[in-house]
Amino acid sequence: MSKRIEVRDLDVYYGTFRAVEGVTLTIEPRTVTAFIGPSGCGKSTFIRTLNRMHEVIPGARVDGEVLIDGNNLYGPGVDPVLVRRQVGMVFQRPNPFPTMSIRENVLAGVRLNNTRMPKQEADELVEKSLMGANLWNEVKDRLDKPGSGLSGGQQQRLCIARTIAVSPEVILMDEPCSALDPISTLAIEDLIEELKTEYTIVIVTHNMQQASRVSDKTAFFNIEGTGKPGKLIEYDDTTTIFSNPSVKATEDYVSGKFG
Amino acid sequence: MTTGTQAPRVIANSYTAGKLPRWTPWAVLAVALVVSLGAAAIMGSPEGEFNWILGIIGGVVLFVFANWLLSRLVEGARQATNRLITSLVTGAFVLALIPLIWLTLTVVVNGLPTFLNGTFLSQSMRNVVGEGGGALHAIVGTLLITGLAAVISIPVGLMTAIYLVEYGTGRLAKGITFFVDVMTGIPSIVAGLATYAVFALIFGEGVRMGFAGSVALSILMIPVVVRSSEEIIRLVPNELREASYALGVPKWRTIAKVVLPTSIAGITTGIMLSISRVIGETAPLLIVAGFTASMNYNPFSERMMSLPVFVYTQYVSPGTDAQFYFDRSWAGALTLILIVALLNAIARIVSHYFSPKTGR
Repeated sequence: MSKRIEVRDLDVYYGTFRAVEGVTLTIEPRTVTAFIGPSGCGKSTFIRTLNRMHEVIPGARVDGEVLIDGNNLYGPGVDPVLVRRQVGMVFQRPNPFPTMSIRENVLAGVRLNNTRMPKQEADELVEKSLMGANLWNEVKDRLDKPGSGLSGGQQQRLCIARTIAVSPEVILMDEPCSALDPISTLAIEDLIEELKTEYTIVIVTHNMQQASRVSDKTAFFNIEGTGKPGKLIEYDDTTTIFSNPSVKATEDYVSGKFG
Repeated sequence: MTTGTQAPRVIANSYTAGKLPRWTPWAVLAVALVVSLGAAAIMGSPEGEFNWILGIIGGVVLFVFANWLLSRLVEGARQATNRLITSLVTGAFVLALIPLIWLTLTVVVNGLPTFLNGTFLSQSMRNVVGEGGGALHAIVGTLLITGLAAVISIPVGLMTAIYLVEYGTGRLAKGITFFVDVMTGIPSIVAGLATYAVFALIFGEGVRMGFAGSVALSILMIPVVVRSSEEIIRLVPNELREASYALGVPKWRTIAKVVLPTSIAGITTGIMLSISRVIGETAPLLIVAGFTASMNYNPFSERMMSLPVFVYTQYVSPGTDAQFYFDRSWAGALTLILIVALLNAIARIVSHYFSPKTGR
């Protein structure tokens, strides 16, 4: 159920500004891949191109190829909606739908796509998704309460439950823990570890300990200066990146000597 | 026990400052009013006139100054300025409230007896000269005309707002925004005349119908709906849209199921305000809907009365025994205010039930 992602020579532009330049990498199925690098180096921009979410930003466009199991996301006639049903995304700030209850939030992806679902089946999906997000025990007695009443960490896990409820192949996480406390962060990291058995996971993080804890492979992005495009500097096994990187800049960054 | 006999050392707290008791402003206000009203009474006594308005104004001015001076002496310059500004702001608020209360009271006092006389809400003015008669034809007309105007304006205005926020980029959106702004400033009489010109082209000179009134009101109402809905829809966080897109939800469904439900409370309030804005319009209805003394339930033919026009005609052309006409005029105004108040109450209830829940 998870898929291989191949990126070939990808450039991302905002209008005429080239934000990311020449990224080529391959993400294996059932792995966790972490993107690290300083702010503004294009990690978030790049991860958004993996499910065409960058198109939501006016003026953003892409050169190059992203292949998911051989299907080019940027080929002619590709419907971004179909892409996003395969490649789910969790955002930096928890964003449950404020008008919906916890249950409705989990079912949002299904209901909003107008799929009719019998109550029995919907109940099972809610339970399975919330179980999958390690949230079931905390909210099973208040499924009809608003999702915005949960704590930040619970909201973020609710957003993950919502994402896995539509059974995607790939889950992208854009700094999912940056707004959370250490306990909630730990809960999410445990969850990532479990989700890895079924999904391909890509995570952007500023926390290098987190990258070393959760990921199998790490990609280091860097930027030469303001106004310059971000580049993929090094992409290797996480242990290699953190212990024996081949590029000086990577070593400086992961050891804290940077800047 | 040598320590037990020591008196506690008193240390001056360097953060303390002089402070007036909480009731000081009220006491100062009372004293100022008594002084000022007393002065007004003494000055007016030779002529036997007591100018109490001048007394109150003098009292308030005296209060503002005395409050400032007292605070300045006891609490210092910063607190004194604070009290001065507080007095001025509160004064401005009370000043704005006076006409509102006065207007409501006048309308209720003058209009209530006729409003409750039994015939006012159940009869039209057909064949009524002098006493009796009512505004039922005008109430029905107002509800029909405004209702039709809302039916036209809400879809058009709301969809325009959605276009501007969610789809509009470039020159077309800028053009629409510009013309919506211009339309907000159109004098209502111009809307009436323009509508009359259009309907006269189709139905011939001298056309009068309730529907034409609805069209004229729509011209006034659409820009208000667009503007208010646009502001509210813009407030919906982009994160919610992105969350929905990331679940593979198409854009139109994201708008219908996420953006609009999140903003429905504000949109409803805006729409109700726009209805309140046009329900009291007189000039365009006077031109295109005309006035009549009879019932007319069909907005697509013949003249149709509306409440503002009813108020106007009762006042400008009183028949024999003019007082009954003036009374009906006041009662018509009261009815209009009540309808608007009712609409606002409904808007409150709707926005209460539809706004995003925050409880746990």
